[in-house]
Amino acid sequence: MSQLVKRSETLPKVQPLEVRRLEPVRAHTVTFEGPGETLHLESGQTLHPVTVTYETYGQLNEQRDNAVLVCHALSGDAHAAGYYGLEKDEKPGWWDTLIGPGKSLDTDKYFVICSNFLGGCKGTTGPSSINPATGKPFGLDFPFYTVKDMVQLQRRLLKHLGIPWLLAVIGGSLGGMQALQWAISFPEMVRGAIPIATTARLSPQAIAFNEVGRQAIMSDPAWNDGNYPLDAQPERGLRLARMIGHITYLSEQSMLRKFSRRYINGKGRSFCLTKDFQVESYLHHQGSSFVRRFDANTYLYITRAMDYFDLEAAYGRLSTAFSGCRCPFLVISFTTDWLFPSEQSRELVQALRRVGLDVSYCNIESDQGHDAFLLPGHRMGDVVAGFLDRLTRMASS
Amino acid sequence: MKAHYVPPQQVDWSRSLPRDRALDPSIVDLVPHRAKVLDLGCGNGDLLLRLKAERGVDERGVELEPSAVAECLSRGLSVIQADLEESLLDLREESYDVVVLNQVLLATARPLQLLTEALRVGRRVLVSFPNFAYWRIRSQILFRGRMPVTLTLPYLWYETPNIRSASVKDFRALCETKQWDVYTELFVNLDRLERARPITIWPNLRASLALFALERKAR
Repeated sequence: MSQLVKRSETLPKVQPLEVRRLEPVRAHTVTFEGPGETLHLESGQTLHPVTVTYETYGQLNEQRDNAVLVCHALSGDAHAAGYYGLEKDEKPGWWDTLIGPGKSLDTDKYFVICSNFLGGCKGTTGPSSINPATGKPFGLDFPFYTVKDMVQLQRRLLKHLGIPWLLAVIGGSLGGMQALQWAISFPEMVRGAIPIATTARLSPQAIAFNEVGRQAIMSDPAWNDGNYPLDAQPERGLRLARMIGHITYLSEQSMLRKFSRRYINGKGRSFCLTKDFQVESYLHHQGSSFVRRFDANTYLYITRAMDYFDLEAAYGRLSTAFSGCRCPFLVISFTTDWLFPSEQSRELVQALRRVGLDVSYCNIESDQGHDAFLLPGHRMGDVVAGFLDRLTRMASS
Repeated sequence: MKAHYVPPQQVDWSRSLPRDRALDPSIVDLVPHRAKVLDLGCGNGDLLLRLKAERGVDERGVELEPSAVAECLSRGLSVIQADLEESLLDLREESYDVVVLNQVLLATARPLQLLTEALRVGRRVLVSFPNFAYWRIRSQILFRGRMPVTLTLPYLWYETPNIRSASVKDFRALCETKQWDVYTELFVNLDRLERARPITIWPNLRASLALFALERKAR
């Protein structure tokens, strides 16, 4: 031991690598409660008042032309990057690999905004919020909402922040659906759209997995037709739903690489029905940690919003959906994503090109399945950075 | 059946780089300022970048190799990853001023269909390829009895991405059969220092590279 210490004392001092981080970030909220601020939803119902939780990174420039809206996926939230600086072992925001100073969504250049979407359970009004009419959580009294409704609320937030238009709107999975809807609903406000690992409509296979997840929740007695106290939610059902979901986010290859057929005890069969394989342990861990941070009713509603998203049905034909769009698109898919397969991205690309739009497309090689868009280890970051550069140049010329 | 081009194996594209870039100045000359350009098989985007810088073109590229596409996109180019022929099906007639097929035709499964589609989509089509009747190639076959390996055909028979060969005369004959308007023909020889020397006399024998500019017939 003493030898080790001595040796290290003689080593030359190494300058630590400069790691530039975001300043500690914090979440903001805004409540739209004015008389004219009722949110009219696609389902025909209304919401009033509505609170939105959001975070921003970087600075909005004087010309107000460097804003990038990040749309999160099913289980995400407004905390996309950086640290709150409150706990020691704090995890960074969910897209911290992409957002920050010197990163692809470079906060030295861009003003990045991420809000918890409508109907979420991370600070924006949703099924787990308190219903002002009853003083209890909305639960199943919450109106159904769609991707289009989420986008409508995000637009209201931008108005509140004084942002006239977006340099880009970017998102993966359900976030990619929002990016597509943004370019369709508000073409005059979007200078570039980056839908990642997403689709114009879910496949019946993906809807089927969502339904099994919902059934897992609804068959848990603790669900009680959606009337559960927030501190006693249907944990077993929600955990199971997340476990099923998580299988669909990975690929056969990534599971093989991560877990192989390894046993938890490192030796072999324990002849038990509880967790014995490492892959089981992983799924249980994912399920348990999800239960601590997510609401069961919200899961039911959001998966429904995904199921109902169908640009072809909404606009007659997919190319018709995009006929009013003006901005360049960057479509990204991943080779081993079988939940949102690259074939669906190619359909998007085809429809976008048919109406003469400027489209870039890359099917990025990764063994990480659908989850790849959240993970480092492939070229998505470079590709996004290049596209944003291009958009900036186009906006200034 | 879909005509997917499947590379026979990992091709070391760096070896054909001198050939692939040799005609870039000539291609730039044939592209009008601010034209809308589609580069089919754009590789890592060198030509498109040059066209953008020197001609201010509105650029689009199509490339099948994923890593090359990622490279193009990170350089800020508008490129899609797709099969070349399939990528043209979504485009209307004359959507582009210029379509470029730089050193890719001989590696495609259906070159005739690709050319026909390119001529539908573009007003002008620039096609370049190595001339198989070049004298060094002839002599390698004649005297060595081996498949040729030259500056412009830098791969051994089992590693080449090309699945067909053509000479200047072959291409001229095709243009005549199909009654395509040849706007310009341009021939060069790559010398040992990889400089492109223009060839005007006996190109079928003396040129190692050919560039044809085809134009759409006015209807």
